[in-house]
Amino acid sequence: MIHVTNLNKSFGSLHVLKGIDEHIKKGEVVVIIGPSGSGKSTFLRCLNLLEYPTSGEIVFEGVSITDSKNDVNKQREKMGMVFQQFNLFPHMTVSENITLSPIKVKKMEKEEAQKIAMNLLNRIGLEDKAHAYPNQLSGGQKQRIAIARALAMSPDVMLFDEPTSALDPEMVGEVLDVMKELASDGMTMVVVTHEMGFAKEVASRVVFMDGGQIVEEGSPKEIFENPKHPRTKDFLGKVL
Amino acid sequence: MANIMMYYITIYMEFIQKYYKFFINGTKITLFLSFFGVIFGVAIGIFLALMKMSKKSFIRVPASAYIEVVRGTPLLVQLFMIYYGLPMLTGIEFPDILLGIIAVSFNSSAYVSEIIRAGIQSIDKGQMEAARSLGMTHSMAMRYIVIPQAFKNILPALGNEFIVLVKESAIVSVVGIYDLMYQTDTVRGNSYKPFAPLVVAAIIYFIITFTLSKLVGNLERRLSASDSRN
Repeated sequence: MIHVTNLNKSFGSLHVLKGIDEHIKKGEVVVIIGPSGSGKSTFLRCLNLLEYPTSGEIVFEGVSITDSKNDVNKQREKMGMVFQQFNLFPHMTVSENITLSPIKVKKMEKEEAQKIAMNLLNRIGLEDKAHAYPNQLSGGQKQRIAIARALAMSPDVMLFDEPTSALDPEMVGEVLDVMKELASDGMTMVVVTHEMGFAKEVASRVVFMDGGQIVEEGSPKEIFENPKHPRTKDFLGKVL
Repeated sequence: MANIMMYYITIYMEFIQKYYKFFINGTKITLFLSFFGVIFGVAIGIFLALMKMSKKSFIRVPASAYIEVVRGTPLLVQLFMIYYGLPMLTGIEFPDILLGIIAVSFNSSAYVSEIIRAGIQSIDKGQMEAARSLGMTHSMAMRYIVIPQAFKNILPALGNEFIVLVKESAIVSVVGIYDLMYQTDTVRGNSYKPFAPLVVAAIIYFIITFTLSKLVGNLERRLSASDSRN
């Protein structure tokens, strides 16, 4: 589904991603772990071109999104993204947050978009918050709504950029539950996280990044129980 | 005591009766000039702000240069340059009031553009990213997400700029545009009263700016009541 070939990204003289090759298949839940500054968030942000790669190619569903001839907006419609800081639109109600893009980008009828929004809100158990503003919600509720907002575009893949890192500890669970449910529905997901429990339980593949490179990848069992590379061992030794 | 007061009131009543037309005509011109100054100032200002935020340097640099020059030179100099320069350069005879509006709005646009740019840049980068990640184009994201939020931040500073513009517009009197200040000077000359006409002018300017300030304040309150972000 997503083919990444020799991806490089530099910020000025800082070489953040050093030749990443990765293939994400349909239905996979890929969890990317690694120390801060390892380039995992940058890698994720490159996948929908929020960061433009310095070199390399990303092919999404057969379309090269790094080729400037292709319309990246069209491809982004099919890639949902969830941010660490939620990034809900504070001047709009929850319902407006969710329906804006289906209505404006997909030219959906308002009634239809609202129906989809209510269904999604039902699914995450927040149907009573449809007319609330984001600032009236807790962090966990905001993040669940951010997930619903991305799902309203019926994406083929969901990208999660440390979705629980800005949450109070007691709210992490409710967000992870929504993500687990999504994974069990067969959604293709790429998740950057520090939640090792989630990685163990839900990931079909775990990717360990360090220093802008993929150091090691494999099933959660392989990575967590039998890491091969010393840097992986060192990292897991510190976080587990 | 009462007699002395009556005496002064009579004098002032006579003065107002004799000269009120000057003040009314001047106020009309000042309002007209300020109104169009604000409209064109904002229109050009938005344009300049967008230019200054452009990634392309051949668009950004001229806007920056314009803003710096306008902010770095006196309005009086700009007014003279436009009043005498524009007809000379183009060979066209402009009405005086139009030249006044051009000078005032060109000047104001530089300040307005900086207010707008700061307002837009004060919106968290994550808002644009979230909008783009949902498939919106840059201009859709600006229109639905960034500008509505920026507008609220901009409004107080913009209201302030409008008030400044009304007051600064008094400067067009020096090139002979019949605005409130010009008429006030005329009344001073005709009545041999150096002070009283200025008090009247000050009161009129204050009524205009105070009303404006209240209007902007109301709008601000209405906008912040429309959602419950606090």
